[in-house]
Amino acid sequence: MNIIKTDVLIIGAGGAGLRAAIAIAELDPSIQVALISKVYPMRSHTVAAEGGAAGVAREDDSFENHFNDTVTGGDWMSDQDAVEFFVHEAPKELTQMEHWGCPWSRKPDGHIAVRPFGGMKVERTWYAADKTGFHMLHTLFQTSLKFPSIQRFDEYYSTDLIVVDGCCRGATAIEMRSGQMHTFSARAVIIATGGAGRIFPFTTNGAIKTGDGMAMAYRAGVALKDMEFIQYHPTGLPGTGILITEGSRGEGGLLVNKDGYRYLQDYDLGPPDPSPRNKAMELGPRDRLSQAFWHEQKKGRTIKTPHGDVVHLDLRHLGEKKINERLPMVRELATAYVGVDPVYEPIPVRPVIHYTMGGIDTDINAATSIDGLFAAGECACVSINGANRLGSNSLTEILVFGARAGQSAVQILAADSPQVDEAAIHEQANAAKARIADLFLASGGGETVSGLRREMNDTMESGAGIYRTDASLRESSAVIKDIRRRFADIELQDKSNVYNTDLIQVLELGAMIDVAQALIISALERKESRGSHQRLDFTERDDKSYLRHSLASFVKGGDPEISYRDVTITRSQPGERVYGGGEQK
Amino acid sequence: MSNRIVELEILRYNPETDEEPKFQTFSVPCAEDWVVLDAINYIKDELDRTLSYRWSCHMAVCGSCGMMINGEPMLSCKSFLRDLPDRIRVEPLTNFPIERDLVVVMDDFMDKLDSVKPFLIPREEKTVDEGEFLQTPAQLSKFKQYTLCINCTLCYAACPQYAHNEGFVGPAALALAHRYNLDSRDVGRSARADVVASNAGIWECSFVGACSEVCPHGVDPAAAIQQTKIASSVDYFRDMLIPGRRS
Repeated sequence: MNIIKTDVLIIGAGGAGLRAAIAIAELDPSIQVALISKVYPMRSHTVAAEGGAAGVAREDDSFENHFNDTVTGGDWMSDQDAVEFFVHEAPKELTQMEHWGCPWSRKPDGHIAVRPFGGMKVERTWYAADKTGFHMLHTLFQTSLKFPSIQRFDEYYSTDLIVVDGCCRGATAIEMRSGQMHTFSARAVIIATGGAGRIFPFTTNGAIKTGDGMAMAYRAGVALKDMEFIQYHPTGLPGTGILITEGSRGEGGLLVNKDGYRYLQDYDLGPPDPSPRNKAMELGPRDRLSQAFWHEQKKGRTIKTPHGDVVHLDLRHLGEKKINERLPMVRELATAYVGVDPVYEPIPVRPVIHYTMGGIDTDINAATSIDGLFAAGECACVSINGANRLGSNSLTEILVFGARAGQSAVQILAADSPQVDEAAIHEQANAAKARIADLFLASGGGETVSGLRREMNDTMESGAGIYRTDASLRESSAVIKDIRRRFADIELQDKSNVYNTDLIQVLELGAMIDVAQALIISALERKESRGSHQRLDFTERDDKSYLRHSLASFVKGGDPEISYRDVTITRSQPGERVYGGGEQK
Repeated sequence: MSNRIVELEILRYNPETDEEPKFQTFSVPCAEDWVVLDAINYIKDELDRTLSYRWSCHMAVCGSCGMMINGEPMLSCKSFLRDLPDRIRVEPLTNFPIERDLVVVMDDFMDKLDSVKPFLIPREEKTVDEGEFLQTPAQLSKFKQYTLCINCTLCYAACPQYAHNEGFVGPAALALAHRYNLDSRDVGRSARADVVASNAGIWECSFVGACSEVCPHGVDPAAAIQQTKIASSVDYFRDMLIPGRRS
């Protein structure tokens, strides 16, 4: 088998992977970086982020404010040492992006502009109109072209990590153009493959967000942490799930039910100021807003559409000029996909799966429990996001922890002996290759990717959605187990080598089943309600039992084993999350 | 789902088994709010799992799903069936080699993007602790439009010059070079001139403007190329008139 030797292997070339690659290239241009991705870098899902990236920028703001907003927003599940580090690094990383050319929106005096965002006490969200992720991704990709030490392998689908004597030594990957399997031998590996929103049927996530990296690390023995916490964004377009940015509420957009009533005031988020004050009403946190929708729907106060119930996001009072300047993409998307021009009509929206707070268990250095293996971005769980991520913290997170992962990898290279056990690498690579070959040989099972994927999607929504119960989770767990069993009977229709997306989709589905199962069992075992994890049978937060991260460890052929680790608390003791008028002193 | 049946004629090509590409027709029951990509996904999921194509975001920003739709380069995720007839011909983007089915080989485009040095070459070095470079909204608006390119390559499929001469640097890459050249923080114009102002660069463009017509984000590469031609001519005459200016 073809072996490609490198120093650091990065899997995933979105925001976090590119930032890690650049960090390494800047620290030491003699270190070889292999950057592999199943798509061209500019296709990575960072591209779809809209509203902005959080970092303290104003005189009247402080690191302490950003820390408190993040920890409170996360319902005290965030590790506070990590949040502390994150908020301090945030403005530096965002300034670094500016130095690389990112076209941040500006104030008249030429300084960076910031906008309000949900759950943030002071305006601190840097933005590039409403295409912030797009601009960040392209800026990072284009900047990466400066560095000859970064060698890209575009459209390589990574299948397995290679772990020898407890050290990560590379990975295997399929070159999609040829179908050939390659072995990447490396002394450090960084996973930056993003989230897993596609395990659900209705999501803002692109087709590529299938949790491949999470599943790879999980199968190699790293726990998935806090998987029960998955975020519903309150404002997606019905049908497609296309994201309508929180920035539209940051700019003054209002949410109303079928009676034109700003219903959020009924859910401890008021008072309904004409333009919401920070951390109130439409600028409340996402978990609360999505949960409020669920209750409105139960009360029959939402609006029926063929694609499910909606409420209205009204931007009309902002006027055409402001909408064009600050929210051009929202206008384009709403006009194209639901036929609504927000200058003249309110946009129909409903909660939509958006972000996995959980992920590969990492520490503050982006390190995992396997030596030489790091993870950053949405695939990782540091955790700064806790039980509910605040909007605009994740674009900053990919920079801060992407860079950190790169730095950590460089450090380990210095300490590590360059000797590797090549025979052991070969052995594992051959096993990975045999697994793929078996897929080509399987026949007669009759199961299809699309059929099993649909069943998985449906059970995730019905059993592990905004509100969960013991019964709903047990039901989903049984369905997923059945899907896992039938997955073995999947038969490839496409047996060719070149750009075989049937094969890739089978591998993606395998990853999604692993991730879905970890999520369900973690949710089943967390018998409390906290942040985005809401149980109808355990409605209160229970700090005594559950102020702890859940750790799901892979068990071949069975349910994952769940263990727990205390949350790191430094200076903010768990208290009540108060939004709206109650927050004002 | 409505009862509308759309016939999709899709150009198929598997290099391992086919001597040449040929069309295959699928009948797809379509909902009225679908885009062409939804119909193609239906084929993949329900009718033929061997069909290969690229897509991800389904919101016209990742740039993966460009195809020829009834002869026009378009993003399949933004091509609404309501605007199209009941028979739709879908082919891979023209002017690119076919890798398989609707997937084209991107190498040449990626090389060209790289060749124009599409990154900020700053006027002054500054540490992060010294804060941001100032840039007024007016300075930003000079180049903002040219930052909007999603690299979907529809403009290369539309460009008659690229069809005729594959050495042409092409619309998206030249527009991106222009984006950095116009940025008040950048001084890289001369470093980019080797490629941009070469015979394979701006001077190859005959200003048909097809690139700007097909651009899904209004980037207007044709305008970028014409503006670069003017700036480059000014450079040329200045160099002639001021001896020793260019060493």
